[in-house]
Amino acid sequence: MLEQQLVNALSLGSVYALFALGFTLIFGVLGVINLSHGAVFMLGAYAALQAVLKLHMPLWAALIAALLFSGVVGMLIDVLVLRPLRKRNAPHLIPMIATIGIGIFFNSAVQGLFSADNQRFPSDLLPDQQVYFWGVQVSVLEIAIIVLSFALMGALFFVMNRTQIGRALRAIAESPKAAALLGINVEGLFLLTSFTAAALGGVAGVLIALYSNAVFPLMGQPILHKGIAVIILGGMGDIRGALVGAMFLGFAEVLSVAYIGSTMRDAVGFGLLFLVLLLRPQGLFGKVLERKA
Amino acid sequence: MLKLSNVSKKFGGLSVLQDVSFEVPAGKVFGLIGPNGAGKTTVFNLVTGLVAPSGGGIHFEGQSLPGMKPHQITRLGLGRTFQNIRIFKEMTLLDNVIVGMHAHLNYGVPAFMLSLPGFRKQEQQARDKAHELLSWMGLTHKADDIADNLSYGEQRKLELARALATEPKMLLLDEPVAGMNASEKTELMAEIQQIKKRGYTIFMIEHDMRFVMGLCEEIAVLNFGRIIAQGAPDEIKNNPDVIEAYLGREDDEPAGATA
Amino acid sequence: MESFDNFWAIYSNLVLTIGINGLLALSIYLTLSCGLLAMANAAFMGIGAYTASLLIMNAGAPFGVALLGGMAAPTLVALVIGAPTLRLSGVYLAMATLGFGEVVRVAILNAESWTGGALGLNGIPQSTQWWHVVGALVLVLLVLWRLRRSRIGRAFEAIKEDGVAASLMGIGVLSHKMLAFALGAAIAGLAGALNAHLTFFIGPSEFGFDRGVDILTMAILGGTGGLTGPVLGAAIITLLPELLRSLKDFRTMVNGIILVVIVLFLPRGLWDPLRFRQWWARRKAVGASGEKR
Repeated sequence: MLEQQLVNALSLGSVYALFALGFTLIFGVLGVINLSHGAVFMLGAYAALQAVLKLHMPLWAALIAALLFSGVVGMLIDVLVLRPLRKRNAPHLIPMIATIGIGIFFNSAVQGLFSADNQRFPSDLLPDQQVYFWGVQVSVLEIAIIVLSFALMGALFFVMNRTQIGRALRAIAESPKAAALLGINVEGLFLLTSFTAAALGGVAGVLIALYSNAVFPLMGQPILHKGIAVIILGGMGDIRGALVGAMFLGFAEVLSVAYIGSTMRDAVGFGLLFLVLLLRPQGLFGKVLERKA
Repeated sequence: MLKLSNVSKKFGGLSVLQDVSFEVPAGKVFGLIGPNGAGKTTVFNLVTGLVAPSGGGIHFEGQSLPGMKPHQITRLGLGRTFQNIRIFKEMTLLDNVIVGMHAHLNYGVPAFMLSLPGFRKQEQQARDKAHELLSWMGLTHKADDIADNLSYGEQRKLELARALATEPKMLLLDEPVAGMNASEKTELMAEIQQIKKRGYTIFMIEHDMRFVMGLCEEIAVLNFGRIIAQGAPDEIKNNPDVIEAYLGREDDEPAGATA
Repeated sequence: MESFDNFWAIYSNLVLTIGINGLLALSIYLTLSCGLLAMANAAFMGIGAYTASLLIMNAGAPFGVALLGGMAAPTLVALVIGAPTLRLSGVYLAMATLGFGEVVRVAILNAESWTGGALGLNGIPQSTQWWHVVGALVLVLLVLWRLRRSRIGRAFEAIKEDGVAASLMGIGVLSHKMLAFALGAAIAGLAGALNAHLTFFIGPSEFGFDRGVDILTMAILGGTGGLTGPVLGAAIITLLPELLRSLKDFRTMVNGIILVVIVLFLPRGLWDPLRFRQWWARRKAVGASGEKR
């Protein structure tokens, strides 16, 4: 029984991690708290759903379509909204307020287009086989989610730590002006980061949609709140922190549902959040919030 | 007046300051110099309470500073300017300086709610004092301009006026002439001399050797987080360790050569 | 006078709602003026509404006491949340308060015996008279006006620009932030209490994220440079759905668009004394050169 919960926690946690990574990337590199990330997450789910329903794509292709679609949305957000604000050197809160607006806009637009009802992926598309790993019953879907999430995260870690682009991104995270002086194409990398972060968020959206078999316009909101809790828990702007924090939240949620009851599930994240803020506000791997120009 | 005893500071595993001890005497102009990255701004951050020391003691007029909040330390009589200028860009010059007087305005809630005479008098006095401080810096004609519109050199002077508004006993100046041209530097040198004559103690960090040698009565040299020399300007100028610290490494230009 | 009576019979609710929304917009303006984005004011409004209503309905308290209770309760809560989060950068507060609304909503839902749960509280006596609302608005405007002119208002402005530099001016940054946050909560609570006794029914869904965005949009649209802006913004956002009937359903979407558009093109909002001054200066310059001919 416990092993079953652990697997659930692992798959939930890895999807939270994908979401949180995108969120943290944007904060670490662009210095912006992107509160439209939840909406992007939701758009990914809808994109995949539409790809499957209207374009009759197989699931794997729909996933890629969702990844690309969300990524493009992320780039548009950067070019149309975040970049002009950067040029203007707007104080911290302004881009955040703008992303709130973008998020609500997407949520309502989707609600207007598709209605607020819960939609599902066609059941024949979902793998429903169960396998047995060391006596634990695991669905293929969960395995696929875990594998895919970790593959994407692994790719991200590899790029961040072992490639030239990753070095450049870390330089920008330290100080965009200094990075520009070193000849780094800062705006181009901002665009790339926006694409990647949104793409990860979109994929996370599809995976959660498959996991819980629910697609609805406001599905990004609770995830956004949890994402916030995760990155504060893990330390803002820190990638390892996002991963650890997300896993922690996944485990905490699953265990609380199993042993306390499902009504408190969403509150677990906030409980953790306040606890962290009280005891160790910089999180597990915390960075100083104020960064140099 | 300000005494550092065996102060050390580590950031993570990196040791930025080790066994730093010196004393800033009252009424004098004291300079802390050293190559880039030696840890000078960290010393200021430690003194003003923005950062906590990893070890050692810091005392101002006998009172121990570590553990106090920055605004409490300011109220003890320490005013500071920043290396990268942190004026309030969207406020007028006058307001910038008046903010510095915050701690010395003591009217209460009823006073400003009802616009009582005590409130109006203190506000007027604050405005007058702010004008006076701006005139020391030659900025009074721009008192109602927005601070963002000032030239670089003028912004530095504004920051100095604002620090003076906190009625400090000691001024901590972090690279007061960085980025200024020669005439601006000479002007500021004279202004600082005037400030010193009024009884303020001045503790500055600076790279410009001519400026430091011209103003400071005592100098300490920091290199790689350690004090390597301390004394009068002439002693420091001829100290072989100091010369080596500045000139010994091939990729460092002699500090006096920068304009 | 008969036409006024007719007008009042039809539109009194609307006018009073503008007043109450004005209070809410001012409450978030106050926190913004200190560099804080408090998305919790909707939740504070809810706490105020429920506290006041319960005081009247369950404890038979007089209206004045209910109003005071409606102000005190959210203030206390604000002090509790503020203490850990305000020590950090204002961004932490923004994020913590985003999720806080959810916590309050869940709490209200679960405390059914007190709050009526999802069904809300019905039959609240309609004790709010027009002069209550006007009086409250005038009082709050007065307090905020005097505050702005005092050293506290100056301290807020300094903290908003640069908290570190402000602390080195001898300003206790934490205590000032707490003041702004708690006072904002009190004002929001007052608005909630007044509102509850106007609409005689309150439910948990009224004080959630949508309301929070509503309030934020009012302040941002109207302008955060002074006290006129928020009230103007409140008037516009309240009247808009009435004037353009079709917009009623798209209220949140419109809010989202307004937020993004204003942030990008009119960052200081509609009522911007600075812009007026510049415009006036330019007009005078043109006029003068015209006269010279």
